[in-house]
Amino acid sequence: MAEEKKTTRKKILAADHMNKIMADYFYGLNEAATTGKRKVAWCTSVGPAELLQALGFAVHFPENHAAMLGATRMSTDLIPTANAIGYSPDICSYLTADIGAYLKGITPLAKAYPGIESVPKPDVLVYNTNQCRDVQDWMAWYSKKLGVPSIGVTSPKNVNDVTDAHIDDVARQIEALIPTLEGIAGVKLDMERLREAVSLSRECTELWKQVLETAVASPAPITFFDGTIHMGPAVVLRGTRVAIDYYKVLLAELEQRIRDGVGAVDGETSRIYWEGMPMWGRLRQHSELFANLKSTVLASTYCSSWIFPSFDGNDPIRSMAKAYLELFIVRSDRYKEKYIKEMLEKFRIDGIIYHDAKTCPYNSNSRYGLPGRVEAETGIPSLVISGDLNDLRCVSDEQTKTNVEAFIEQIAEGR
Amino acid sequence: MSTPVFVGLDIGSSRTKVAVIDADRKVLGHAVRKSGTDFSATAAACLDESMEMAGSRRDGIASAISTGYGRANVAFVTTQSKTEIGCLSRWGRERFHEAITIIDIGGQDNKVIKLDQDGRRASFKMNRKCAAGTGAFLEEMSLRLDIPLEAMDALARQSLEMVKLGSYCTVFSATEVLENIRHGKKVTDIVKGLFYSVVKRVLEMDSPAGRVVMTGGVVAHNPYIVEMAGEMVGQPVVLPEFPQLAGAIGAALYALDETDPIGIRNNIPAGETDG
Repeated sequence: MAEEKKTTRKKILAADHMNKIMADYFYGLNEAATTGKRKVAWCTSVGPAELLQALGFAVHFPENHAAMLGATRMSTDLIPTANAIGYSPDICSYLTADIGAYLKGITPLAKAYPGIESVPKPDVLVYNTNQCRDVQDWMAWYSKKLGVPSIGVTSPKNVNDVTDAHIDDVARQIEALIPTLEGIAGVKLDMERLREAVSLSRECTELWKQVLETAVASPAPITFFDGTIHMGPAVVLRGTRVAIDYYKVLLAELEQRIRDGVGAVDGETSRIYWEGMPMWGRLRQHSELFANLKSTVLASTYCSSWIFPSFDGNDPIRSMAKAYLELFIVRSDRYKEKYIKEMLEKFRIDGIIYHDAKTCPYNSNSRYGLPGRVEAETGIPSLVISGDLNDLRCVSDEQTKTNVEAFIEQIAEGR
Repeated sequence: MSTPVFVGLDIGSSRTKVAVIDADRKVLGHAVRKSGTDFSATAAACLDESMEMAGSRRDGIASAISTGYGRANVAFVTTQSKTEIGCLSRWGRERFHEAITIIDIGGQDNKVIKLDQDGRRASFKMNRKCAAGTGAFLEEMSLRLDIPLEAMDALARQSLEMVKLGSYCTVFSATEVLENIRHGKKVTDIVKGLFYSVVKRVLEMDSPAGRVVMTGGVVAHNPYIVEMAGEMVGQPVVLPEFPQLAGAIGAALYALDETDPIGIRNNIPAGETDG
């Protein structure tokens, strides 16, 4: 590739607004934990957050914290601490980074938000294994360490079609959590509050979907790398009005970009789909790598995983169960292939990159022949790159760069 | 000013290769040296050596393209670069007018590149972040066995009873080699086992399609690997002329394309020999 002047993706102005609401969220959590004014629940990313909000918990998301450890490149120094107590370097590097950070008494929150000294101490830990088994093991460690209960939902995996039987199962499991959570919260569940939280989550999710779908435009006004940052409110503040208000602001900015013909990357010449986890410690480098190649990574499974069209305030618990089960990661390869093919078509994708994350088999969809099958059916070229979400020991920057440059060359030469 | 020439510089992790071609795509000069720790100095020395062989001077360079890990370290001659995969594809497109699979075994990377019958790159794969099957693997094993790298090919050919090595990890393979030494296995049989391991590793990266061509320094110095690969894929595998220079020649062809945008294909003598 020709060595040219470096270009970077354009900054999204709404980021300042997002930073403020994220700061408010973290300070709110800290206040809850340090003053005891509100009970604190830890919840895995697609766990029953709406239920926890309806019961008045302040909700901390360990995966969000782990991603922060990755993005700040603290994780690689912390993972070995967890390895040393018996948690293998081959298991989830969110888990190992987060436990390592706890053992070392370190958190990126302390640096980003003066006055916060640690992650908020939980009163209860709540998981949903729809992501993976690791989240249950992760909460189990804290449960033993901190002497707080760990409860949750055990989800089916590799689901082709989400059936009533699946939904009944998970809905019953969610209902079964309620008495324990009521006991810890010290209040009875108000179904009206739950309906409201689920309705707000639905509204948030619809706006987030619209935000991501602005990338259908050419040039795309937003990249995957922006998405990984701006999904913050959809992850930690879904079920609240704050997230909805934020996405209205973000959406307006992106729609204005479309009207003005402004792309996130100058001179977009190729459109890429990212399948798999981000490499959190390499977001900036990867963003610059693609921008310099005039290539926009504009759509992804990862960012789209926080779209939950099934949330329904009229049937909160069953719709939560359905939404949590319809998640991409829960589904079979047959479903995943269909989903990816639809995304490739919708976003008019020129090439797809699969990130094979060493420590995250559940989000590495290149291991059972899926890329070859999708490529054979669509004719859209694919590339598998090896790396990891948080453990930079598993990342080879030079190999990634060579692979990506060669892939973009191939796309250009194939035209 | 001397006759215009076109230069490709392939600054690899292990060796730096330079090729000089003329407007008729004929290789006039070439050089290979250890990349060492000063990529620029090594590339400059290789360039001067190959220019001298070509009977040309630096002011005769019409265009140059770099490739390889050190591709950004040769600003003294060019700031234009292409990936090794691109250069190998460009080379393959020039030399073979049919669907081919290029298997390149380098010092640190293996690449399997498929070109369709029109010379378009259909796909490529690089090895994972693992030295299995690369030149680095053989270098490590030559140290373990205390034999020079250049002696390996002749030793492997003498083997009567190849030792099979099961692991794809270089460290585990080294342990297996030590275990075989302890059990009194012959060095010739162990070396053939190492070659077999290299071929297996690259063949499991992708399934070959069309004619199979092998390039890179490892096969340049160990042509027995190409013969073994031929047995394993069930067809003769092509070992081209200048296998180690394929990437550099591809880069030089790109340099020529820049000044000859029509990209007229002049068939240069194929020169390949069936391995």
